[in-house]
Amino acid sequence: MSQGILRYLGSTMGRKYIMAISGLVWTLFVLTHMLGNLLIFASADAYNFYAYKLTSNPLIYVAEAALVVFIGMHAATGIGLRMRNSRTKPNLYAVTPKSAKGASVTSKSMIWSGTITLVFLILHLITFKFGAYYETTVDGILMRDIHKLVVECFSQTGYVVWYGVCLVLVGMHLYHGVASSFQTLGINHPKFNNAIKGFGWAYSIVVALGFLAVPFYVFFVKG
Amino acid sequence: MAGNNNSRTMRINLKVWRQKNQNTEGRLVDYALDNVSPDMSFLEMFDVLNEKLVAQNDEPVAFAHDCREGICGSCAMVIDGEPHGPQTGTTTCQLHMRTFSDGDTIVVEPFRAKAFPVVKDLVTNRTALDRIQAAGGYVSVATGNAPDGNAIPIAKEIADMAMDAAACIQCGACVAACRNGSAMLFVSAKVSQFSLLPQGQAERERRVSRMVWQMDEEDFGSCTNMGSCAAACPKEIKVENIARMNREFGRAMIFGRDRKQTAED
Repeated sequence: MSQGILRYLGSTMGRKYIMAISGLVWTLFVLTHMLGNLLIFASADAYNFYAYKLTSNPLIYVAEAALVVFIGMHAATGIGLRMRNSRTKPNLYAVTPKSAKGASVTSKSMIWSGTITLVFLILHLITFKFGAYYETTVDGILMRDIHKLVVECFSQTGYVVWYGVCLVLVGMHLYHGVASSFQTLGINHPKFNNAIKGFGWAYSIVVALGFLAVPFYVFFVKG
Repeated sequence: MAGNNNSRTMRINLKVWRQKNQNTEGRLVDYALDNVSPDMSFLEMFDVLNEKLVAQNDEPVAFAHDCREGICGSCAMVIDGEPHGPQTGTTTCQLHMRTFSDGDTIVVEPFRAKAFPVVKDLVTNRTALDRIQAAGGYVSVATGNAPDGNAIPIAKEIADMAMDAAACIQCGACVAACRNGSAMLFVSAKVSQFSLLPQGQAERERRVSRMVWQMDEEDFGSCTNMGSCAAACPKEIKVENIARMNREFGRAMIFGRDRKQTAED
C-alpha cells in the first residue's frame, strides 16, 4: 500500500469510508446472528446443533478475527472522529432547532448508542461465549448445551430488560448507520434515496425485533 | 419604513450575542424593540436596533451584510438555533419580520465553528472557505478569447445539476448548522460544479484531493450524514453533492494517476 492511499484513508473523508465498510460488515453479521437465533423457535436440539456446526468449523477463527478487527476499526475511528468533531464544533447554540435544520435523535446519538452497544457486546460474549458450559447430546454427538444457558439468562427479568434496552439501541444505531453508509460510499440518487432510507428503516426494525423475539419467547412462553 | 403602518407593528424581544473581539468571552444581551414593521427584513430590524443603540451612545451590534438581496452570502446569523432563521431556502437578509409574531423572543448568535472565529458580535471570519476554494476549486485554462458557448455539448440534466451546485454562495450556513462543524456540503458543491462538466475533468482528482486536505487543515469536522446542512442552505444545495464528493474522493484514492504526488502536496 503506497503512502498515498494512507493519506486518503486518514482524512476526514477516508475515515468515513472506514466507518461505512466496517459498519456494513457488522450489519451483515448481526443479520446472520439474528437468523441463527431464531432456530430456538424450531427446537432446543436444532439451536444447539447450529451452534455446534458453527463453532466446530475451523473457518470460525478467521471470521471471528475479521469481526474483531472490523469492530476495532469502527470503534477507534468513530471515537477519533467524534473527538475531532467536538473540537471543530466546540459550542452549540442556545436554542436547539426542531426543524430539519437540527438533527435527528438517532444521528446525534451514534456515539452513545455505539458505545453502549460495544459494552453490551463485551458483556454478551462473557455471558454466552465464555459463560457456563453445559453439555448435551444431539444425534449421538456430544456438544455444548447453549440452549440451556440462554433459557437460564432470559428467565431473569433484569437480564431481559437490559437485553431489551441494548437491542433498541442497536436498532437505533443501525437505523442511521445503514442508510448513512450508502451515502458515505457515494450511493445517492433521487430515484433510490427513498428506497435506501426505507431499507435502513426495515433492516434495523427486522434485526432488532428478531433479536428481541428470543428473550420474550423464553421469558413468557418457556419461563 | 418602520412607523408607516403603526397599526401593524410588533414588539420583538431580542437576545443578541455580544462579543468585543476574538479574545474576549461573549454573552447574550437582551434588547426590546417596539414598532417593528412586519415588512422589515431581519437585517432592517437590526438597523433599527443599531440606530437606537447609537442614539443611546451604546455600541451598535456588528453584523455582516452586503447585497441584501440574497445572492452575496455575507449575512450570517443563527436565529433561534437555525442558520438564516426558520424559513428554508432564504438568507437572513431575505427573511422578513412577518415570519415572527408580536411579542416573540428571538435568540441571535453568530455562526459557530472552530474554523469560523468570531471577529465581533455576529461577525465571523469565514475566509477558511476561500482557502479551500483556492486549493483546487478552479479550472486551469489557457487565456485567450472566450470559447463559443455551444462548442462543448452538455446534456441539459447535467448542466442543471452543475448549475444547482454552482448556486452555492459560500455563506457557511452548512458549517454553522452542522453539529460537527463540517464543511462538506460547501466543498461538495464546489467539487460537483466542476466534476459534472467536461471542463472540470482534467483536474478532477487533484481538485477533490487538495480541497479535502485544505478542509481538514482548516479544522472543519467530518460528515455524519445528519442533513442539517442541506436544510439550512439558503440555496438548497442537496446532500447528493456530498455523495458525489465521496465518489470523487474514492476515485482519486483508488485510480488517481497522480495520487502519490497529490498526497504529498
